[in-house]
Amino acid sequence: MENTILEVRSLSKSFGKVEVFDDISFSLEKGSVMAMIGASGSGKTTMLRCLNFLETPDEGQILVNGECIYDALDSSTHQEKDIRHKRLHFGLVFQSFNLFPQYTALRNVTLACELLATENSDYRTGRSRIISDINSRARNLLDQVGLSDKLDSFPHQLSGGQQQRVAIARALAMKPDILCFDEPTSALDPELTGEVLKVIKSLAEVHTTMLIVTHEMSFARDVADNVVFMDSGAIVEQGPPSQVISNPRESRTRQFLDRYLE
Amino acid sequence: MFWTVTGKLLDGFALTCLIFVVTLFFSLILGLPVAFGSMSRFKPLRWLTRTFVWVIRGTPLMLQVIIVFYGPSLIWERVTPLSRMTAVLVAFVINYSAYFSEIYRGGIEAIPKGQYEAAQTLGMTKVQIFFRVVLVQVVKRIVPPMSNEILTLVKDTSLARIIAIKEVIWMGQEFIASRALLWPLFYTGAFYLVFCGLLTLIFGKIEKKLDYFKV
Ligand SMILES: Nc1ncnc2c1ncn2[C@@H]1O[C@H](COP(=O)(O)OP(=O)(O)OP(=O)(O)O)[C@@H](O)[C@H]1O
Ligand SMILES: [Mg+2]
Repeated sequence: MENTILEVRSLSKSFGKVEVFDDISFSLEKGSVMAMIGASGSGKTTMLRCLNFLETPDEGQILVNGECIYDALDSSTHQEKDIRHKRLHFGLVFQSFNLFPQYTALRNVTLACELLATENSDYRTGRSRIISDINSRARNLLDQVGLSDKLDSFPHQLSGGQQQRVAIARALAMKPDILCFDEPTSALDPELTGEVLKVIKSLAEVHTTMLIVTHEMSFARDVADNVVFMDSGAIVEQGPPSQVISNPRESRTRQFLDRYLE
Repeated sequence: MFWTVTGKLLDGFALTCLIFVVTLFFSLILGLPVAFGSMSRFKPLRWLTRTFVWVIRGTPLMLQVIIVFYGPSLIWERVTPLSRMTAVLVAFVINYSAYFSEIYRGGIEAIPKGQYEAAQTLGMTKVQIFFRVVLVQVVKRIVPPMSNEILTLVKDTSLARIIAIKEVIWMGQEFIASRALLWPLFYTGAFYLVFCGLLTLIFGKIEKKLDYFKV
């Protein structure tokens, strides 16, 4: 198991009296893709938000590369100033893109990198080189998602599919260990989902570690090495897609899939 | 005659402008802490600020001017009353801080949570998020309501005459008593029109400048 990049141990989260999930554990291999499926309200979004420190889990631990970055019982892992850096282990692509409207596609990708670079000790001396590196990397990433002709477009000038691809490039620019997607195509018109899924597939081909929450079952089957089916806050079944999606063992998984495949 | 009237009215208009500029400057600044107070997570502070805003917005500015001018010396006999101009400025600044704070609050609260969260997941600090992500969007959102409120301020300055500040309408009215002339009073309208026209042009420019993106 030395290739385990993410390990989630007995994670629980409630909002007041509403228990979202309880005692969830799973792990993710470096370079692999995990798809998370499940009915609405089963806690998938909340799980991704916990990993990205947008919510605080009530119980459990999160380990990245064997290092415990969050332990509910150890308050020294909750410090505000460390959390900002720990977040960078993860990238998050939102359902609603959340691009910064006042910046061009290119600037959306470079902004956070540049701000982070100012914290480096060699920033003062190597400023222009660092900035031009960040810029050329951003151009490459936008090229990779098929938007080399949209560098100077503002978000409102882009289609939903293009905006989501910028968002993917923006997340990749921070070089996260694990890239998380929360239903990346749910807000898109059906004819635009293809271009986004294609980009995610191409990332899988170069072994980007990804955790993808999705309702696109055939996509999950194609791209994922592992599928996790969540239902009312628990993992009901997990395994390769050939099992979980094509040949589920649990009746709850089957019921859920029947609704999607008809 | 026309030039004598114009000269007199310009004297009054200088006071109008003074009230406008001073009020605008201070309440644009003071509106910010009031806005943050009304959004505070600390309940007593939020409650207090919102009550203050409610009282100020729920009562006439004219009444507030009168209270600031006469109030203190009625309550405490020994207090020397504020000068007329100071009283007007204090009342106006308080009043407009309350209005502006609501505009700020509306602008800040209208920013989708996703903007903060996206910036957070990219490792930005709170300060960076405010200045690099949120601020311009807030400015863009508040320019239209702000323009409205500022145009209202131009016209509200005429309320200062209630405690005998000789602003432009006061000066116009004096010609009725002294020379039995009515037209100078109508003429004052031209001053407001020109002033508001200029401001409208400026706001239009600002809006245009921020037109390159949509929120
Ligand atoms: N901030 C919150 N406060 C209170 N309850 C919340 C909050 N966020 C989520 N919940 C609740 O937690 C549960 C799980 O929500 P979550 O968004 O994680 O589900 P999901 O699996 O992502 O669903 P969907 O497929 O609809 O996106 C829901 O019952 C939801 O109402
Ligand atoms: Mg969700």
